[in-house]
Amino acid sequence: MTFWQDPYAAAVEWLRNLLIGWGLTVEAAQLILYLAGGIVLAGGSLALVIFLIWAERKIIGRVQDRLGPNRVGPWGIFQTFADILKIFTKEYITPNGVDRVPYNLAPVLAVAAVIMIWAVVPFTVTLYGADLSVGLIYVMAVGAIGEMGIVMAGWGSNNKFALLGAFRAVAQMVSYEIPMVIALLIPVMMAGSLSLGAITASQAVWNILIAPLAALIFFITSVAEVGRAPFDLVEAESELVAGFNIEYSGLKFGFFFVGDFLHAFTIAMLFTVFFLGGWRGPFVDQVPILGAVYFFIKTSLVYLVNILMRAALPRFRIDQMMDFNWKYLTPLSLSVLVVTALADKLTLGLSAWVRIPVFLGLNGLLFLAASVMVNRRAINRPRAEVVSRPRPLARPETAVQPETNGGVS
Amino acid sequence: MLENYYPLLVILSIAVFLGFLVVALGVLFGPRRPTARKGAPYESGMVPYGEGRRRISVRYYLIAVLFILFDIEIVFFLPWAVVLRQLGVEGLIGMFLFVGVLLVGFVYVWKKGALEWE
Repeated sequence: MTFWQDPYAAAVEWLRNLLIGWGLTVEAAQLILYLAGGIVLAGGSLALVIFLIWAERKIIGRVQDRLGPNRVGPWGIFQTFADILKIFTKEYITPNGVDRVPYNLAPVLAVAAVIMIWAVVPFTVTLYGADLSVGLIYVMAVGAIGEMGIVMAGWGSNNKFALLGAFRAVAQMVSYEIPMVIALLIPVMMAGSLSLGAITASQAVWNILIAPLAALIFFITSVAEVGRAPFDLVEAESELVAGFNIEYSGLKFGFFFVGDFLHAFTIAMLFTVFFLGGWRGPFVDQVPILGAVYFFIKTSLVYLVNILMRAALPRFRIDQMMDFNWKYLTPLSLSVLVVTALADKLTLGLSAWVRIPVFLGLNGLLFLAASVMVNRRAINRPRAEVVSRPRPLARPETAVQPETNGGVS
Repeated sequence: MLENYYPLLVILSIAVFLGFLVVALGVLFGPRRPTARKGAPYESGMVPYGEGRRRISVRYYLIAVLFILFDIEIVFFLPWAVVLRQLGVEGLIGMFLFVGVLLVGFVYVWKKGALEWE
C-alpha cells in the first residue's frame, strides 16, 4: 500500500508515527488523530456547503431561464463568500418572549446533527470516521436530532407561524420515516449487516438493480425528511410567512440554511451508500483512493436529480403529502419488503444474471399493480367543483355581475 | 467495541463547538440595537395578536401515535432483516404472519378514517 494508492491511510500512519515519535502514548496520539479528523470532516462539510449553495443557485437559475449569480468572481463562484461576509455583520434580533435555551440551541443542533451523520459514511475502504455495527440505526437516530432542532426552533420562537411550521415538520418527518426505514431494510437484508461499510462492501451488484422500487421510495422519503421542495411545507412562505425559522436573523438563520443544504447533500451520500454501491467502481481494489472519487461523482449525480426535482415540482398540500405517505408509500414499501425477501430466498445461490431480471421484473409488476390501484381510487373519488360558491352580499343591488366584466368595456 | 464510538464523541463536540463559535462571531461583528418593534413577533407586518404558543390540532397526535406503532414494528423488522439469510423458511413465514397481522391493523386504521387529514 503506497502513498499514491491510499494517501489517506498513509498520511494517518505517518502522523501517528510522528506523534508517537514525539513521546506521546498511543492513546494520546489516537485522540489527536480523531480531533484532527473531526476538524477536517466538520470544516470540509461546511466548506462544501459554500460550493453547494452556489451550484444550486446556478442550476436553478438555468432551469428558470436566468443566469444565476454571475457578478462576484468568475461565474459568480464567490457569491456565497460575499453572502457569508455580509451575514456576519447582521444583527441578531431576539424577539420578546422567546425560550432562550431552545431558541439559541436549535440552529447549532440543526447543523451538528448533519455533521454527525458524516461521521459514519464510508468514503473509501479506509476513509471513514467510525464503522459502527449499528450504522443504519445511528443514521436514523441522528437524523431525528435534526428534526428536534426544528421543533425547538418552532417552540422557542414564540410565534404562531413558527410553531405551525414546526408541527408540520414533525408530522411530515415522523410519517416519512416509516417507509424510509422499511425501504432501507432491503440493503440490510442483502448485506446481512447494519454497518454502512458492510452494506457498501456487499454490493457487488448495486442495490438499485435489485430493489429499484426501494431505491425510489428511499429517494422520495429522504427528500421529504430534509423538507426540500416538493415537500417544503415546513417553510411554505405563502401560508406560514417563513415557517419555523421566521424569528431568526443573521448567522442563526444562516445556520438553518447551511443545515438544509448539507442535509440534502448528506441524503444523496446515503443514497449512494445504500443503493449505488458507495465507493465501488473499477480499479478500486488496487487504488482505494479512487473510491472517494467514485463516491463523490455518484453523490453529485443524485444531488443533481434532487436539485432538478426541486426546480421542477410544485409544493404538495399537507393532506396530499399525508395521503401520499400513509396510503401509498407505506403499503408499497411493505409489499416491496415481502416480495424482495421471498425472491431473495428463492433465488439465493443463482448467478446475478438470473437474479437481476427476476428482481427487476417483480419490482416492475409491483409498481404496475400499485399504479393501477391508485388510478382506480383516483377515478372513483368524488371530485369537488372548481366553481366558487355564491357568497352572501351586504348590498346585493350594487354587486358587479361577472358578465359585465367589472364595468370595463 | 465501545472504542468505535470515540470518534463520534469527538465529532459531536467539534460540531457543536464550531456551531457556537460561528454564532458567537456573529455577536461580535453584528450591531445590537433592540427596539420594541423589532422584539414583536413577526407576522408579515400585521399587528400580532394572541399568544405565540397555541393549542394544536389533534390530528398531529394521531400521526404521532401511528408513528410509534409503526416504528416499534420496524424495530422488530431490523434484526430479522440482518439475519434473514441464516433463518431459513421458518423465519420468512414467521415474518409474513407478522406483516399480515400488521396489515390487518393498518386496514382497520385506514377504514376508520384515521389517515384522513381533513
